[in-house]
Parts: sequence; C-alpha cells; structure tokens
Amino acid sequence: MFGKLTLDAIPYHEPIIMVTVAGIIAGGLAVVAGLTYFRLWKPLWSQWLTSVDHKNIGIMYVLLAMVMLLRGFADALMMRSQQMLASTGGPGYLPPEHYDQIFTAHGVIMIFFMAMPFIVGLMNLVVPLQIGARDVAFPYLNNLSFWLTAAGAVLINVSLAVGEFARTGWLAFPPLSELAYSPGVGVDYYIWSLQISGLGTLLAGVNMITTILKMRAPGMTMMRLPIFTWTTLCANMLIVAAFPILTATLAMLSLDRYLGMHFFTNDGGGNQMMYLNLIWAWGHPEVYILILPCFGMFSEVVATFSKKRLFGYKSMVYATVCITILSFMVWLHHFFTMGSGANVNAFFGITTMIISIPTGVKIFNWLFTMYRGRVQMTPPVLWTLGFLVTFTIGGMTGVLTAVPPADFVLHNSLFLIAHFHNVIIGGVVFGCMAGFNYWFPKAFGFKLDERLGKISFWCWLVGFYLAFMPLYALGLMGMTRRMNHVDNPLWHVYLQVAMVGAAIILLGIVTQIAQIAVSIQNRKALADHTGDPWDGRTLEWAVASPPPFYNFARTPVVHGRDAFWEEKQAGRGPAPLPNYAEIHMPRNTGTGVILSAIAAVLGFALIWHIWWLAIASLAAAVVAAIGHSFNENRDYYVPSDVVARTEGAYFEQLKAQEI
Amino acid sequence: MPLFLRRAARALAIIAAPLSLSGCDYALMDPTGPIGAEEKSIILLATGLMLIVVVPVIAMTFAFAWRYRAGNKAADYQPDWEHSNTIEAVVWLVPCLIIVALGYVTWVSTHKLDPYRPIASDKKAVEVQVVSLDWKWLFIYPELKVASVNELALPAGTPVKFHLTSSSVMNAFFVPQLGSMVYTMAGMETQLSLQADRTGDFLGLSSNFSGDGFSDMTFLARSMSDDDFNAWVEHARGSGHALNAASYAKLAKPSERDAVAYFGDVDPKVYHDALNKCADGATCVDDQMAMNAARDAFGNPVLCAYPPVRGH
Repeated sequence: MFGKLTLDAIPYHEPIIMVTVAGIIAGGLAVVAGLTYFRLWKPLWSQWLTSVDHKNIGIMYVLLAMVMLLRGFADALMMRSQQMLASTGGPGYLPPEHYDQIFTAHGVIMIFFMAMPFIVGLMNLVVPLQIGARDVAFPYLNNLSFWLTAAGAVLINVSLAVGEFARTGWLAFPPLSELAYSPGVGVDYYIWSLQISGLGTLLAGVNMITTILKMRAPGMTMMRLPIFTWTTLCANMLIVAAFPILTATLAMLSLDRYLGMHFFTNDGGGNQMMYLNLIWAWGHPEVYILILPCFGMFSEVVATFSKKRLFGYKSMVYATVCITILSFMVWLHHFFTMGSGANVNAFFGITTMIISIPTGVKIFNWLFTMYRGRVQMTPPVLWTLGFLVTFTIGGMTGVLTAVPPADFVLHNSLFLIAHFHNVIIGGVVFGCMAGFNYWFPKAFGFKLDERLGKISFWCWLVGFYLAFMPLYALGLMGMTRRMNHVDNPLWHVYLQVAMVGAAIILLGIVTQIAQIAVSIQNRKALADHTGDPWDGRTLEWAVASPPPFYNFARTPVVHGRDAFWEEKQAGRGPAPLPNYAEIHMPRNTGTGVILSAIAAVLGFALIWHIWWLAIASLAAAVVAAIGHSFNENRDYYVPSDVVARTEGAYFEQLKAQEI
Repeated sequence: MPLFLRRAARALAIIAAPLSLSGCDYALMDPTGPIGAEEKSIILLATGLMLIVVVPVIAMTFAFAWRYRAGNKAADYQPDWEHSNTIEAVVWLVPCLIIVALGYVTWVSTHKLDPYRPIASDKKAVEVQVVSLDWKWLFIYPELKVASVNELALPAGTPVKFHLTSSSVMNAFFVPQLGSMVYTMAGMETQLSLQADRTGDFLGLSSNFSGDGFSDMTFLARSMSDDDFNAWVEHARGSGHALNAASYAKLAKPSERDAVAYFGDVDPKVYHDALNKCADGATCVDDQMAMNAARDAFGNPVLCAYPPVRGH
C-alpha cells in the first residue's frame, strides 16, 4: 500500500534532524495560525499564490531563495564545524552517513534552490519592466514554473523528515549513485526534486526568451537592450539548451535505478564516464546561467551609481555572447584526471582559458564605467566593488585549475572548493545582494536601510575571506574535499579559521534579516514616492514604486540605449497623459499551484515506489492540465478610468514630492 | 605576553601563512619527485602570468572607486563618455596575449606531463597495479609477485608505472607530494607514472568521494632505498599470505580502517579479474568483447555464442 514507506523512514534516533524538523513544523504551524488569525488566506491565495503578475512571481522566487539560503547555510555551518571538530583524530558529531547527506544537500540546495530562484526571481521582477512590457509572454506558465521549482524544494525538505537524502555529492556520480551502492531513497529524492524543479526552470527559460525577443517596447532594438536584459536573454538561451541534458541524464539514471537498465552501471555495458560527460555538459553552462545575469546586475548598478553611461556597451554584449557560446565547449575541465589523452585535455584547458578573455573585458568595462564618474558608495556599489576584487581572484584560481597539469594536483582538493565558492559567492551571491538592494524599492516602494546593508556587506566580505582563504591553503597542503574526519593538527588550525569566517558570514545573514525587518518598520521614512529613487537609467524606474499591476499605462517608445535617462535629459520625465485606454490583462489562475502540488505528490510516490499513487497523481496532473485548457475566462480589460485613477494617484505623489 | 595576545598573534600568523608559499607544510609546494616538481613550477608560472592582469585590476578597483567617489568634486566627470578605441583595444589585447602565452604553456606541459607518459630514466620502471576497494587500497607488484594493502613501497629514484582500476565505485589515487592524481574506475584501466626522488613517508589518499568509509581511505607511500625496498619485498614474500581469488573476494567486502597487510604469493589473475569484472565468477569483460567481435567462417558477426567458462 505504501511501497517502501514505513514508519522506520522517520529518523527518530537523530536528535539534530528531529529538532530541525520540529522547528520547521512549529514554524509552519505558526504561519498557518497567523494567516488564519489575521484572515489572510483569501488574499494570500487570490493575490499571491495564484498570481500571474511577473512582479509577484519574482518576489515569491526571491523569498523561496532566501528561505533556502538559510537551510543551505545551516548545512554549511554543520560541515565547517564537523571538519573543525574532527580534524585532530576525533569523530566529531556527524557520522559519515549523516555528514554525506549534508554536503550533498548543501550543494543541491545552494545551486538549485537558492541561486537559481534568486536569479530567476530578479529576472522576472525586472526584465518586463526594463523592456517596457506589461508582463512576460506566458503569464500562467510563469506561475507554473515558480510552483514547480517550489515543489522540488518541498520534496528536498521532506527528505529531511521522511527517509534520507542522497549521500553522493551534489552531482550524484554513478556508480556510487546506482542502486548497488545507494540502495536507499536518497538518490531518488535527488532525482525527482531536480526533475520537477528542472521542468520549471526550462519553462521559465522559454518564457523569458520569448518575452525578450517578442515583447520589447517600440524602438528598443537589440543593441538598445539594457545589459541586464541582454545577460538574461543569454542565460535563458543556456537554460533552454542545457537543462534538457540534465533531464535526460537524470532520466537515464532513474531507468538504471527503477528498471534495472545499464546506462551508467559497472556491469552490463554501462559507462560511468558518460554520466560525467553529460552532467557536466549541463553543469558548466549552469554556472554561466547563474553568473551572466549577475554580470548584468553589476552593469546596471555601476552605471546608475557612477551617474554615467556604461563604458563599452557593445564590448559588453559581444563578451556576453562569447561567454554563452564558449560555456558549452569546456565541460571536460571538470575531469582532466579521468585519463583522457593529452590532446583532449589541452584542448579543453585552452577553451576554458579563452573564456577568461571576454570575462576580463567585462571587468575592465565596469572599471572604466567608474572612471570619470561620480561613484556613490551605496550598498549595491559596495557589493559591486567587493565582487570586482573577489571575482578577479576567483577567476585567477579558475584559470589556474584549467591548466591540466596544475589540475592534476589541485582537482577535488579544498583549493577547488575555495575556487568555486570564490566565484559563486563573490559573483553570484554578491550580484544577487547588489540586485536585491538595488531593485527592492522598485518592488516594495521603500528603500532598504543603508547602514545595516553596509554592515551586512562587510560581514559577508570579511567572513568570505576568512572562510575560504584557509581552504586554498589546505588544498595546497593536499586536503581533499568531502572529508568527514582527519587527524592533522596543522590542518585543524586552518579549519578553525574557516569556521570563524563562516560565523562572520552568519552575522552578515543575520544583519540582512535585520535590515529587511528594520526597513519594513521604517518604511514611511524610507518610502520612494517618485518611482526613481536612484536617478535610474532604464525603463523600470519610469513607473511608480511598486509599479501598477499593468506596469505601463501606455507602452513607452524608446529613443536610445539608456531609455529613461535620455527621456529625463530631454525633459520628458514621467507625465500624466491626457486620456487613458483600457488595458488587456491576464487573469490569475490556481492551476499552477494545483499542478505543482500534484507533481510533488507524484515525485513522493515515485521515490517510495507507491505505484498506485504515482499513477493516480499522473492522471490527475493530465486531467488538471487539460481541464485548464478549457478555461476560456483567462483575460479581462482594466477599464480606462481605473487606469486614470491609478496613474493620477502616482502623479499626485510625484507632485507632492517636487514641492 | 598574555594568552589572548599570543592567540591573536598565532591567528594572524595563520592568516598570513597562505601568502608565503614556502614551508614544508604545503605538500604541493614541497614535491618529492619530477612530476610534482614540474607541476609546482607550472602552478607558479601560471599564477605569475595571471597576476599581470589581476594586480592592476585590483589596484584600479580601489583607485577608481576612491578617485571618482561622489564626494570628490575635483575629479573629472564626463557622464556621456562611454567609448575609447585605445582602452577597448588594450582590454581585449592584453588578456588575449596572456592567454596565448598560457595556452602555449598548457599545450606543451599537458603533453609532457600526460599521466600515461613513461618517465625517462636509465632504470627500468617498477610496475604497480592498483585496485581501489571499499574502502582500502590494494597494490600489486606483478613482476615481484608481492602485494600490499594500504601501504605503497617505492624505490627512491626509480620511475613507477601504475595501472589502476576499481573494484566498485570511483576513487582517485593521489599522493600529493609525488604529483598527479588519476581516477580509478571499475571495468576500466587508467595509467599513471610517478617517481620519488628522495626517501621518506608520504601521505596518500583517495581524492574522489566514494561513500561512508571515504575519509579513512588513506595509505602511506613509503619511498625507500633500493636495499630497503628489496627488504620490504622479502618481508612481504615471507608474510605467508597468498593473494588469490578467495582472499581477494574477502578483501573486496566493504570495510574501514584496514590495517596494513602484505601478500607474498600473488595469483596474476587477481588484477586481470578485478579489471575485467569477473572476480565474482561473471564473464570477463575482455572475453565478452572478444566474443562480440567474433566472426563466423563467412565473416558475419557471431551474436549468440556462449562465453567460454573461466576456471578459478
């Protein structure tokens, strides 16, 4: 009846897990109680969960990312403390079977459920506004994409309380991830949470490409696209090209595990090397999916706060496109030590180095944007400066490991761990934080507290260097990744320093939460009545903060690269129109939530081999999807007087501000 | 000096330590053989080449951010300045030139340090067959007909040719002070050439996660004089243990923190069967492949032949 699922699947004997689960359940109950007490269920459902408004979906994505950041960071703290405590010969407090799940979950959560939703959320929030569109091309699909990602996140967190998570490392290399060596449900949780969220990501990619290619305001030619939109376009091209590889690879792994096939097994003609090639053919573009939009965010931030045009726009675009194409030609550098011939290794080493050229050009372009500018040291700028220094160092160690003979001794060492945290924290996390501080007033109508923002930045920056510089040193000492315990007093000291660094990053995260809380408290004083708090350059600043649900009362016409800036320079800032037309808008729908909930149940049923439930939920999903296609009440017109009233309120605010 | 000051001084010293890449604590910077030594010099050369760009970038970040801070009204301000052919040419060309230089170094060194390439030497290389097991290392010396678990003996100054495979999951064979690592994979063989130039005991480990017992999958690589090496071989021969199908099957069972063990009588089939996935009596991969390639008298592939039964 319940497949492999029995009461023994709940890890009662693990106090750490049980306390965490109790905390999650208590927190969840508190939220449910709060929603019920304040009668918020209905507005939550009708205005948020079922919303097809790209801004609301973007905010939900970012919220998911922040919650998952806490989960992933808790894993990081446990890893750091375990390695510190267990480096002088003792066993520490996390036995291997638990520790192995933690480092796997840390990687999976941080990449798939922290970084990805953060990036996709900011893209969703900003891109339609930047190109002067009403919404994305497929609003309902956008809602479905978000909920599929959320369903994957739910499954991965269920694995904490019911069963176990994979103990294989974040890419689940076979044969370790095959049934013979991982007979539990951990790898199945891994497979189905990534398959469900991966589907969401792929659909989001299709949506975003269509939006950018088809829905730009008149006059916005490709060479007038804001750089963030350009990088979003390239990142989503990568999503659409790369995620099917992940889906296919995991599908083959599931065929091995569920139907006894031999794609990657040791016997029966299986080949584990094929899995490594396939997973990295997705995995390397994936890191560019994360970093390219961040490059875009830094470009927006640095130009806006330097009060200057972006230096070398065309170079920036060409560099972005170069990186997009090259990112598919370097995957083998993840396993130079597999024993490929010298020609193959040298080829992939050199293609990897070539990527550093367009990346270097971008860095110089940001520097020369500041040059002859007026740089305001706001939190987004601090994150950008921190990025420029940190990412350059990370890029250098990256090119170093791209030299195969260097990689022969650095591969899989803590040097490698330090390198990719150097570029992912220094690039992606710093980028997301810059973007978060920069666009927060647009989303919510008030700025974030600057002082706490700066404190948070300094904690992150100092914490990062203390946490990861010792890891570079440990790598040069020969310490490999994923060690549960070692006995080495020298390494122990470095691991202690790294722990201190992680604790300082924790302070940074706590300060960030405080920053949000304090800013909500002081929202009146921090309010942005103009819609343009930073004297911005692109179209998202041409509307109120938060923007009306229809974004633009009339589709803007674009005359130059920094569309809004040029309008302001020409004395054509936001102004009321003599009359307003009615606006065609999509209706909210609950289908995305329902389909994703069914998908989560389907995943759970497949993980535990509850076949009747799997069949039933698959059938329910098909029925719900087809049912939705019969719903013809999908759109409506906003009457012109509603538009006039909304716009009138904004312009009154603006006028009051000018006086 | 009060304790906390001493602690602070120690912490500072540790933070500063990565900046000074000397000292014997850094295994990769203290290589003991030609492969490791070349890899060290490539790491230093590549880092030096990249610093040509990295140092100016970091300096410019600080300099520009300070010089063009909003408060400094004395600085030049040109809000519409967005292009300069000279700067564009420099920022594209300088990284290109560095990558050309680094690419050349990469091409040459990757061929020179190809793990499969034998090390040039007057001395004949010692053959070692390596099998990674859950969770221990088996080293077989086919020419000397001895074997050991979790201890690798090497004659100093003599090249060693490794043939590596795995009995189950993927691992990576790595002795940081000797140089290159390489994966071990079931059903497949990788090769590696290393040499220790001086005597000493060096830490060896698996550098690819392989499951619960991974952290203790370490071994000692003992580089010794020729006399000591011969004595080591004699000691192994006198151990009285035989490495054959039965003792291999016992060894292949998952276990952790295995003590060092020696085998004096080695059945040459053990490595062959481990590599060809037939230690458990299954059809050997090489036989299967020979069979798949077999042709009948008319030159057509034989698809449905039964495999020859291998005796153990």
